[in-house]
Amino acid sequence: MSIRLTNIAKTFGRSMALEPLDLDIADGELVGLLGPSGSGKTTLLRIIAGLEQADRTPGRAIHFGERDVTNVHVRDRRIGFVFQHYALFRHMSVFDNVAFGLTALPRRSRPSTGEIRARVNRLLEMVRLEEFAKRYPAQLSGGQQQRVSLARALALKPDVLLLDEPFGALDAKVRQDLRRWLRHLHDELGFTSVFVTHDQEEALELSDRVVVMSNGRIEQIDDPDTLYRQPANRFVFEFLGDVNRLEGSVRDGELTCGDARLSVELPDGPQELLMRPHELKLLEQPSAHARLPVTVTAASPVGAEVRVELVADWLPEPWLATLRHADFERLGIKRGQRLFVEPRRWHRFGEAATRGEQTAIVS
Amino acid sequence: MRVNEHFELAFNAVWPSAGGSRGRTARVLPGFGLSLGITLLFVSLVLLLPMTSLVGQLAGLSLAEYWAIITEGRVVASYMITIGAAAVAAIVNALFGLLMAWVLVRYEFPGRRLLDALMDLPFALPTAVAGITLATMYSSSGFMGRLLEPLGLEIAYTWVGIALAMAFTSIPFVVRTVQPVLEDLPGEVDEAAMTLGASDGLAFRRVILPHLWPALVTGTGLAFVRSLGEFGAVIFIAGNMPYETEITSLMIFVKLQEYDYVGASAIASVVLAVSLLLLLALNLWQGRFIRRLHGGES
Repeated sequence: MSIRLTNIAKTFGRSMALEPLDLDIADGELVGLLGPSGSGKTTLLRIIAGLEQADRTPGRAIHFGERDVTNVHVRDRRIGFVFQHYALFRHMSVFDNVAFGLTALPRRSRPSTGEIRARVNRLLEMVRLEEFAKRYPAQLSGGQQQRVSLARALALKPDVLLLDEPFGALDAKVRQDLRRWLRHLHDELGFTSVFVTHDQEEALELSDRVVVMSNGRIEQIDDPDTLYRQPANRFVFEFLGDVNRLEGSVRDGELTCGDARLSVELPDGPQELLMRPHELKLLEQPSAHARLPVTVTAASPVGAEVRVELVADWLPEPWLATLRHADFERLGIKRGQRLFVEPRRWHRFGEAATRGEQTAIVS
Repeated sequence: MRVNEHFELAFNAVWPSAGGSRGRTARVLPGFGLSLGITLLFVSLVLLLPMTSLVGQLAGLSLAEYWAIITEGRVVASYMITIGAAAVAAIVNALFGLLMAWVLVRYEFPGRRLLDALMDLPFALPTAVAGITLATMYSSSGFMGRLLEPLGLEIAYTWVGIALAMAFTSIPFVVRTVQPVLEDLPGEVDEAAMTLGASDGLAFRRVILPHLWPALVTGTGLAFVRSLGEFGAVIFIAGNMPYETEITSLMIFVKLQEYDYVGASAIASVVLAVSLLLLLALNLWQGRFIRRLHGGES
């Protein structure tokens, strides 16, 4: 079921939590709301759920498909909601938790006891917890509790599944597993889901489209690939990954900063260039158009790459470069070693520019 | 110190697995023997010793004499009045105490801290002050009494007055036991019930109340036990008419004034036994419930 938000805004007291915004989510889409804390992402999710009322701005509306749910109470919106801290009913067994929505139905639409049992068992099977039906939430691990909470939310076959930082309270490994599993479940059952996260990796990995938010505004809505490659503005660029900053002044096509030099095709004047860690190349000698001397302070292998921390007296804060293991071994990088950086490409966000400017340097 | 060491040795002999601070299993927190020793000493001095002497008073009585004293008509009438009024007070407190705890925990409003502090007033106020205030207010010439009398409602010098005074002195028990449990219940839990389509009533009945139930029952039980023994607040408003508005504590007091220490002790022992049994039952029941909530064997 598609979701359409029109002119939705929210103020708490005097502070504006959400500036008036429109958002369209297609049927069957999995959309991530990504932003730092205080960006309004959770407020937006709670407004979609009906747990929070949007301001009475003119023309405000929330549609689920053709159904106008703007003034529909949360209990009648037919949504499933998964809370960050699971919000399980602690005095009920896992089975009763999952069955709650079904047993809460008015008598005439409530399935028979046998049917409820069959349905709950099917759900528990789906979340791979069939052996835990008689346990109480306190006897389960965090990941298991979150799966119960998911089964509970899906019991009523909601049109829309909303998840508030669903994996926020879990450790990295479990988070990874649950993420993949949710994606799988989503593709299999075909509901429309919206989830909130502050973890860019999670948003990029899980979503069909990501809504990046900050300060109650939507900064960009795009699929993960476009978002990463063509960030709309500096905020999105910085929020989506580590950033190395180079500030200096340009004269005659050369940017200088202390004893660092880089050939650029930019007008004269102060400039700021941004680079991703994987866009830095490390060399033993300066190249023709870049002379950026740095010292290695730390190197740590993380998965398929090596993260190298670099300092220099012309840098106000250390840089981070990621290399392939092969390059790392070829250079024989050790702590304290002096090297030269050559950026493969750089990004620049002017005050006026709406889309970022990117330049690839061919070497 | 010597006494304590002695005790620790004895303790280790009885429960070797508990282990003292110098035992085979080293404890991380030191001072187990010392602190338990002091605790038991204190309990003995303040609680056990007086209670033992109370039971000791009864030694001179034969069983038949004891039975005669505690089943005398006027005394039995006082049991009925005390238990009836305490039960009414406890039930009223359960309802209003729950509501007050709910208001204090779930809402932000100006004066919330003041209301929170007021909850403890019945603990701090001398009960006699409460009794006199209630008696003057609800007597036929008092401010409330004058309002209620034309409606045919008499409060002072009836069992209603007794229940009122009992409710006044014991309300903090309910509020203060329910409040922390309610604070512990995240607001997300009622939201979860709502997203699953539950009406407010259903969410309260099936999600919130079961969670609060142990605390509510314990608080109400404590309020009830406290009301059974209440004296100061009640006697001023009770009117103390034999067979009608005499409470059991007053019967003990009357016996004492007649220098009938044994009789007083006999009645007191009944109150003590009932209170003790109730508290013990509450504790056992609550322990079972809490184990389930925190993930022991179900």
